[in-house]
Amino acid sequence: MHFAVPIFPGSNCDRDTIHAIEDVLDQPVTAVWHQDSDLKKFDAIIIPGGFSYGDYLRTGALAAQSPIMEGIREAADQGKLVLGICNGFQILLETGLLPGAMRRNDHLQFRCSISRLSVENTQTPFTLGFSQGEQIRIPIAHIEGNYYCDEETLQELQQKGQIIFRYAGENPNGSIDYIAGICNERRNVLGMMPHPERAIFDWMGSTDGVKLFTSMLQYWKENNGAA
Amino acid sequence: MFKATIFVTLKESVLDPQGVAVKNSLHSLGLENVHEVRIGKRLEVFLDQVDRKQAEAQVQMMCEKLLANPVMENYRYELEEVS
Amino acid sequence: MQLKQKVISLPNEPTPEMIREQTLYKELGLKSEEYEQIIHHLKRLPTWTELGIYSVMWSEHCSYKNSKTLLKQFPTQGSRVLQGPGEGAGVIDIGDEQAVVFKIESHNHPSAVEPFQGAATGVGGIIRDVFSMGARPIALLNSLRFGDLKSSARVRYLFEQVVAGIAHYGNCMGIPTVGGEVVFDPSYEGNPLVNAMCVGLLKHDELQKGVAQGVGNPVIYVGARTGRDGIHGATFASEELNETSESKRPAVQVGDPFMEKLLLEACMEMVEQKDLLLGIQDMGAAGLTCSSAEMAAKGGYGMDLNLDLVPRREQGMTPYEIMLSESQERMLLVVEQGRESEVQAICDKWGLTSAVIGRVSEGDRYRLFFQGELVADIPLRTLVDAAPCYVQAQKVPDYYRENESVCPEEQLQHIDPQVGLHQVVSSVNLASKRWIYQQYDHMVQASTAVCPGSDAAVIAIRGTDKALAMSTDGNARYVYLDPVQGGRIAVAEAARNVVCTGAEPLGLTDCLNFGSPEKPEVYWQLAGAIQGMSEACQELNTPVVGGNVSLYNETKGQAIYPTPVVGMVGLITSRKHIMTQSFKQAGDVILLLGETLAELGGSELQSLVTGKISGRPPVLDLEKEKKVQQVVLHAIRHGFVHSAHDLAEGGLAMSLAESCIAGGLGANVTAKTQLSALTYLFSESQSRILLSVPENQAWHLIALAEDMGVKCTHLGEVIEVPEMRICINGESVIHESVQELTRKYEEAIPCAMSPSLTSTN
Repeated sequence: MHFAVPIFPGSNCDRDTIHAIEDVLDQPVTAVWHQDSDLKKFDAIIIPGGFSYGDYLRTGALAAQSPIMEGIREAADQGKLVLGICNGFQILLETGLLPGAMRRNDHLQFRCSISRLSVENTQTPFTLGFSQGEQIRIPIAHIEGNYYCDEETLQELQQKGQIIFRYAGENPNGSIDYIAGICNERRNVLGMMPHPERAIFDWMGSTDGVKLFTSMLQYWKENNGAA
Repeated sequence: MFKATIFVTLKESVLDPQGVAVKNSLHSLGLENVHEVRIGKRLEVFLDQVDRKQAEAQVQMMCEKLLANPVMENYRYELEEVS
Repeated sequence: MQLKQKVISLPNEPTPEMIREQTLYKELGLKSEEYEQIIHHLKRLPTWTELGIYSVMWSEHCSYKNSKTLLKQFPTQGSRVLQGPGEGAGVIDIGDEQAVVFKIESHNHPSAVEPFQGAATGVGGIIRDVFSMGARPIALLNSLRFGDLKSSARVRYLFEQVVAGIAHYGNCMGIPTVGGEVVFDPSYEGNPLVNAMCVGLLKHDELQKGVAQGVGNPVIYVGARTGRDGIHGATFASEELNETSESKRPAVQVGDPFMEKLLLEACMEMVEQKDLLLGIQDMGAAGLTCSSAEMAAKGGYGMDLNLDLVPRREQGMTPYEIMLSESQERMLLVVEQGRESEVQAICDKWGLTSAVIGRVSEGDRYRLFFQGELVADIPLRTLVDAAPCYVQAQKVPDYYRENESVCPEEQLQHIDPQVGLHQVVSSVNLASKRWIYQQYDHMVQASTAVCPGSDAAVIAIRGTDKALAMSTDGNARYVYLDPVQGGRIAVAEAARNVVCTGAEPLGLTDCLNFGSPEKPEVYWQLAGAIQGMSEACQELNTPVVGGNVSLYNETKGQAIYPTPVVGMVGLITSRKHIMTQSFKQAGDVILLLGETLAELGGSELQSLVTGKISGRPPVLDLEKEKKVQQVVLHAIRHGFVHSAHDLAEGGLAMSLAESCIAGGLGANVTAKTQLSALTYLFSESQSRILLSVPENQAWHLIALAEDMGVKCTHLGEVIEVPEMRICINGESVIHESVQELTRKYEEAIPCAMSPSLTSTN
């Protein structure tokens, strides 16, 4: 399973994400510069966290205009897996691949901590290795993770099982309905604020991110017959 | 040349936590009669363009495609000819 | 360019004669004798541009003119030291062809005037210092001082904005801010301290230096365009703050971490092309002047710069302004002639401006051209090596003599130990700093093994089993009461913190924050602190590989407490040795290494109870210190230990509380002592470490300590019930739930800050 990790000016979790794919999955992974729009050879794309374009104008807004977004859109249309982490989630929202928008945290401060999440839907390529309602611990680090959408969209997300992760316990940013991660209707595009690549070894304080990556690989193997 | 002054503001239905914080600070300055603060952005865009209609169309396009996020923001602009 | 060209003075600037007649050099912070020296070096009157260049190169910030003779005492050599002071940052070998690069620097005055940008650009500057060495930054730390948090809205504003500024820059850069310290004390009311430290990692063959080489080679400017911001920042930093400081606001620069991130990545790409860079230096304090002059001087060459080629973002800038601007996010490079296009290509990829602005020349002339005219022509060595050097007069201050007779123990004996515990746990100085560090991304780079909140932070090194421990420390109260002891303690405690995580201390960087050296009492403090620090460095084998001096930290004639800050880095050889302070398991034996004496002078409890500090601080015996550290390191590496925690401010009581809080477990402690219960629990005697060890390993440790001649006291055991119970000389003196202690510990700073939140001053 060949992964692509797009790099925008200002991305800063690109290396961590690449390392996680190598360390957890031992699969090939390539860093792709944002001006490349051809992603045909890849099986999955993980848009890393960071501050693309310095978060200027709106988080993710300027990255959403990059040539590589064409390739990402194409991949998503073909049913390939697309995961956006933190700034990657913000970019997916700005691109319209996921519904809604991101606002500044309600307390206005940057927040970095290990946050408790509950896995709300395991019927997705990203969560099939978790159990329904499982409580996991994954670090967050953002100043703009206060997810917003209108009432109608929220109902749709709820009804169609597109809310994948919710904050369990404290809501660290004021997001609507405690949302920490959502997917598209087809369930092959996931955006999440928490950083699974920061929870893969015991010494990091949690290993709950591992299952997210292994789920992706398992799904790909099942659907591509490669064992 | 045209100068477009573009104002991007949060839609009324969207909570503005920065605005709330500023309101609270104004209250603590004794300005208890401040009952709402909304924070927005003001952008100045200078366009090399002679035709006003075309300038207007371009400004409209940039607002919709990039400068404002229609999910939660509104925009308006003023266009003036400058030398 | 002609060879014999006359230096011209620009029409819109004061003429050389006016400068002399109206003593305009004083406005630039130069003394009359310094002005005379310049005339001597140039053999003519300096122009305004030349004078500006001398003034920044001879400022304390760039030349250390008031501290140089004292700083010579610091040991700077060691078998592992690859680069000592004098470059962007110090470099220490950690084996496997890898090295750690680190430095701490102050940004005090800019932060006092504009806290958010002042702190942000302080972080930006120290990051550039580290990656200009060829290293990728892997961690940030800081050390902060503010006035009394509770009594002043201005202090809360400064504190909130400084933290936000640090977060803004470090988070955007993707470098984890993993550690630091903050102290609130009225002595910093008008002059807060913001010291930032950066740690980086490199392979030996990637090490770069700020040096110009090879006649005719191009000098290349990379990064943000030059504006009028920050002109005279280095001089500003070398003056006392007063009412007019506010009006000097333009001296504060605005940081753009996004630009710096691009600059970092571009520089890393250049470093990877092993032989591309001949020299690289950050344009930090004193901007283009300092970087170009130092690079040329270090290489033993001259330099010609054409200022018309310097990328600018403002119109009509004069040579003076171009040379003295402190616009951020800029780097100066020297490469071999003919390889300009390689630099250009990398800069283009990252969207960075770059321009060849000059050439390395033969000889010793530093020549600046502007609109075809020669505007400065200076013998280079006089800027860098001939800066004035002062040894000031020293005087023992009256307070030091008066403190001789003070008995802090007597002042405090009426305090009930349980009440004392509540006071220290909820003191903003000792309480949880979560409010701060949760605003810093301390986990980016996915290598943080010990997060902020323990004795030292630990960063794992990918691809190896090694890890680095790092800590910043400096108790200014001790230094104020006794500079020599305080200096020793600053170094020893930083080393102890690092040892408690299972690391061997490698070396340190220091930031000396003091008042005006022209005051004999302040110079006495400075001299004593440097002496004490040097002694400790020597004994603990931790060389000083870089640092920064910040003098004139005064407001309204009142100096801050003398505040040397130490940034210590240590090496953990195997990840399984990584140790933390939290109690891990009920039934573990609690041991105390080291001796407890009646030492409450300068203690947190004294400050909380009496509102000031007095007496003598704890005494640090370097031999004892070294042994205690050896025992702990040995024990951790042999797997005898479940937790290790340094005893510091708040003494044994505070350390026990922290280990309980961190582990969510209780402790049952029974001790016998000649001291009163209060003194025993709150004394801040040095060279003590609290350990918890599995019951069946305790004898190992006790035997080991005995072998090494270190006192080891069996205090009690970790208990499942989350309660702290302390019984001294048969009497129960503390019985408190850990939950309640946790609440006080966690709420202290948020409570003090609750009236604020993006509010004004």
